[in-house]
Parts: sequence; structure tokens; C-alpha cells
Amino acid sequence: MNDQLSTADRRQEMTARQPTEVYATPLVDVLSTEESVVLHAEMAGVDRSGVEITVEDGNLVLVGHRLPSDVAGEPIYVERTAVDYRRVYELDPSIDTAKITARVVDGILTVTLPKTERVKPRKITLE
Amino acid sequence: METTRNQASPQSELFTSFGRLAALREEMDRVFGSAFGPIMRSPGSFHRWSPPLDVYQDKDNFTVVIDLPGLKKENIEISLREQNLTVSGKRPIEEKTGEAGFRAERFYGTFQRTVQLPTQVDPNAVKASYQNGILKVVLPKSEAAKPKQIAVSVN
Repeated sequence: MNDQLSTADRRQEMTARQPTEVYATPLVDVLSTEESVVLHAEMAGVDRSGVEITVEDGNLVLVGHRLPSDVAGEPIYVERTAVDYRRVYELDPSIDTAKITARVVDGILTVTLPKTERVKPRKITLE
Repeated sequence: METTRNQASPQSELFTSFGRLAALREEMDRVFGSAFGPIMRSPGSFHRWSPPLDVYQDKDNFTVVIDLPGLKKENIEISLREQNLTVSGKRPIEEKTGEAGFRAERFYGTFQRTVQLPTQVDPNAVKASYQNGILKVVLPKSEAAKPKQIAVSVN
């Protein structure tokens, strides 16, 4: 009886799992104004076709898929990573999720999260 | 191949100790190397701005690729001195938009990277392009450095 996976099987399993589990964390600046919260995420090698933004369970998920490399030749020195970018933020309840907008310019993903009209403080008078 | 990372000399004493800490981190990164790699590097650390670069080669060219998201073309400088390619540039601090920032992880200021290429290149034929935040420099090998096929006749 042999219920152990062979090395080849295990390796295959690992490769199959990789795209869903390994991401690079982009560097992000978070700015807040009276009207909105703005995120600037560094995603070099990503254009608008590679951006996926989802709002789920009060979380904002930013994913950037890199364009395939078009560089000729063999790598002889490597520091850059080839994996996709992913970052998750918990959304403040004051964010109007229906009005989120985003754009990508030169590898910077800018996401604008408008704040909802806050209820003004009210004075309650006693009867 | 050797590469160097540099940034303009720090000014305050506080900055100097941050610099030392960053140097230590860099050393640790070197020791532990690719086991953790850039993926595990925590964002917003004291790291000096050292944009990552790759070097590729084929029969005719070297190609140096650097991640430089959100830079203006006029703020990127490329120079070649013999076999040393230097890319430097800046992201002006004034480009930070908005008033009240909760959290800033991105690098502002200057960077410089130098890479020594393994062979001579033709300085007049170097081409650079910038797209989607990636700088690509193509350096054709000089004729003398290209591999040659030598026909050997056997008598």
C-alpha cells in the first residue's frame, strides 16, 4: 500500500496552488480629505486590463495582474518579482461603496473612496 | 555582476540612525536572500528607496528592467560609463497629494542604481523606454563582445 504522494505529484500540487496564494504587497499611500479617502498603490507592470477591485464583506480587495514580460533573452540578474499584486483593506462604514472610482497611470493604481453625507448633529428638545 | 544602491547623504542624526538600520536590514536581506525575497519585505519599512532591477541578455543585447511606478520621464536619468549603467531619478516630495495622510509607504526623494554589465556595449545605440511604470534600457553588445561562430576545418 502506498498512500504517499510522489515528489513529482507534490511539486505539481505546489505549482498548481501558487497563482492563488503568492502575491506581492504593493506599497500604498493612504490620504484622507473631507470628501474621500484616496489610495495610491504602486503596481509596476499593470495596466487597466489587469486591475481587479472588489468590495466584499466590508473589505476592499485590490488585485493587479502583471502584463506578460516582453523582454528578450535570459535573465542573468534578478531582483524584481513576477507575481501579481494584492492588498486588502477594511472599509470604514462612512465609505460610499457605490461611488468608488479607480484609474491606473504609469503603474500607479489610484482608488478614490468617497465618504457618505454624514448626518449633521441634531439638537433634541424635551417635550 | 555588481550592483550598487545609493541615496543622497542623510542630513539629520535621526536620519543617520535610520540609515544604519536600513543598512542592517539590507544585510539581513542579503543573508536570507531569496528565501523571503521582496514578497515578504514588510511595506513601509525604513528601507532606502532602491527600485528592483533585472538584467537579461540574448545574443545581441543586454536589457535592464527597473520598476519605477509613477515617475515623470523628465525625472529619470540614464548614463553609461564604460560597462557601468547608472539609472537615477527622483519622485519629488511635493507630488504627495492630499492633506491628512494616515499612512505613507511609498518612497519620495532620490534613488540611484548602478549595474556593471559583463561585456562592452555600444554607447551610441542604447535605447530606453518607459511604460506602465517600468523602465527598460536596451544596450546592444559591442561587435567585439558578441559571440562568434568559428568554422574549424578538419583536414
